[in-house]
Amino acid sequence: MRRPGGFTVLLALCLAITLTFLTLPIVAIFLDSSPADLIRSLGEPGALDALWLSLRTTGISIAIILLVGTPAAYLLATRSFRGKAFVVTLIELPLVLPPAVAGIALLAAVGPSGILGGTVESAGLELTFATAGVVVALTFVASPFYVRQAMAAFASVDRVLLDASRTLGASESRGFLRVMIPVALPGLVAGTALALGRALGEFGATLMFAGSFEGITQTVPLAIYDRFSTEFDAALALSAVLVAVSAAILLSVKLVHGSEVLGGAPR
Amino acid sequence: MLRAEARTRLGALELDVALEVRSGECLALAGPSGAGKTSVLRIAAGLVRPERGLVEANGETWLDTERGVDVPAERRRCGYVFQEYALFPHLSAWQNVAYPLRGMPRAQRRERSLELLGRFGLRERADARPRTLSGGERQRVAVARALARKPEVLLLDEPLSALDARTRASAARELAAVLSDVEVPALLVTHDFAEAALLGDRVGVIDAGRVVQQGTPTELAAAPRSAFVADFTGAVVLTGTARPGSGGLTSVELDGGGTVSTTDPGEGAVAVSVYPWEIAIEPGGEPRHGSTQNRLTAEVVSVTTVGNRVRVSLAGAQPIAAEITLDSAERLGLRAGARVTATWKATATRLVANRTEDP
Repeated sequence: MRRPGGFTVLLALCLAITLTFLTLPIVAIFLDSSPADLIRSLGEPGALDALWLSLRTTGISIAIILLVGTPAAYLLATRSFRGKAFVVTLIELPLVLPPAVAGIALLAAVGPSGILGGTVESAGLELTFATAGVVVALTFVASPFYVRQAMAAFASVDRVLLDASRTLGASESRGFLRVMIPVALPGLVAGTALALGRALGEFGATLMFAGSFEGITQTVPLAIYDRFSTEFDAALALSAVLVAVSAAILLSVKLVHGSEVLGGAPR
Repeated sequence: MLRAEARTRLGALELDVALEVRSGECLALAGPSGAGKTSVLRIAAGLVRPERGLVEANGETWLDTERGVDVPAERRRCGYVFQEYALFPHLSAWQNVAYPLRGMPRAQRRERSLELLGRFGLRERADARPRTLSGGERQRVAVARALARKPEVLLLDEPLSALDARTRASAARELAAVLSDVEVPALLVTHDFAEAALLGDRVGVIDAGRVVQQGTPTELAAAPRSAFVADFTGAVVLTGTARPGSGGLTSVELDGGGTVSTTDPGEGAVAVSVYPWEIAIEPGGEPRHGSTQNRLTAEVVSVTTVGNRVRVSLAGAQPIAAEITLDSAERLGLRAGARVTATWKATATRLVANRTEDP
């Protein structure tokens, strides 16, 4: 066998550095907190509340994103119109917005003294310092991740499938549900995972817009920050839980991707 | 009966066609890529709307731009077989066929699909996904799916071109059988004249958005109305200048040298066509005199075996292709670089207009 060349050694070295840098902190979380600690700190009041709140708000926000974002992404992927590039840029903007700015922006828009504050209030909605506000913040920061990915997924589906569906007597809406969504599903699932990950870890916008009240707006990342200076072990344990949940999501997406059921060809 | 007329600009193409296909008949539109073949199908199916057009199927108007009628694609009963078949990758073969079947319970839809697949010898492949089917099987599923809705018109876009050479012959025979069974008008497009001749009752040659000639395959091959049609049907086309010759024949001075005679009348800039199988090859480069009128010396460029025949490409003043038997090729010891004489009769030489005539 040939000895690997100097360049290959360099490549391997860079990969080793990258891998170490990315995994060491995550591994450290688990090394630093024993499973016993983990379970004990979960038993602490507030921790479970935070976890439950995180899952609830993320779930609702993802449901909204899927319901509204999927048709919107489909439209952007299948129609061309003037100013489309501009619309896409507007949708992508929250991606590059610092989370704190996102929080301020939401306050300015739908906060009590924001431009639509009166409308929100007269509609009987309470957003700031309320669970609904967390959902708004999560949806704002996470939806661009999904819409972008869903757009790409729909755009990569051969349009002739939609033509075929129409010549077989199906209206476009039926073709959308029966053909486009199933065929684009791997991409849609990937987009959902990205949005889920972003929503679950959301910190800045939630803190600025909804505040950090235990049981109402204190999601896991906020709870971690809350415990960070006083009970480091508890913060560590909660972090471990968040890593586990996120990893589980990533893993299940990878599994779904390769699965026969969704028509994802084993490439 | 299907009637389709369209005048429209599609990108760089100026499409101007008017077609009629009787029930039970298959009209094969043949032409090079970019000629507008697929556009004709898409207009008939309602996937593209022409600037001006008329589509009628069984007396029902699907499109009449003059009267503002435009039935959406999903309400035109068209069976459309797409070029790459466009099977739904997430559905099994039977689910693909069942897609257009609606308003009946699942068991019944499955039963109907299996019945159709059975007609195409695919019953045991019913649960397979498209990507696990062979090219030929995919093509048959696509045809079965197109027929599932009991269409009033059948449209087929290059139904054989996605198949490899080995499957194509048997798939062509099967498709020909299906087409002769179908009682609705069928419109098929292909870039291959031989395929058109095999599958179509009539063939229309389409070039640059216009149908330049229509007729039975034999009519087209025997009397091509233009050099394009002659070339497309597989004939050798030589250009030159015609003038009246001796003995009532027309003599054509070929561009680049050489003279051939034809029994067809004509004068001025023309093209003559002759089928490769009408051309015989004699060894040596000296023109001798036999009963054949037309003799051109040329050099052998390549010798290709096609089944039981040999296609010989010749470079003279203009390129010529001859088809001879394997035996003759062996006897002559043909190889690239050899000087030979290509000969054929004046009676096998068609004189055609050099340019596509504007109708």
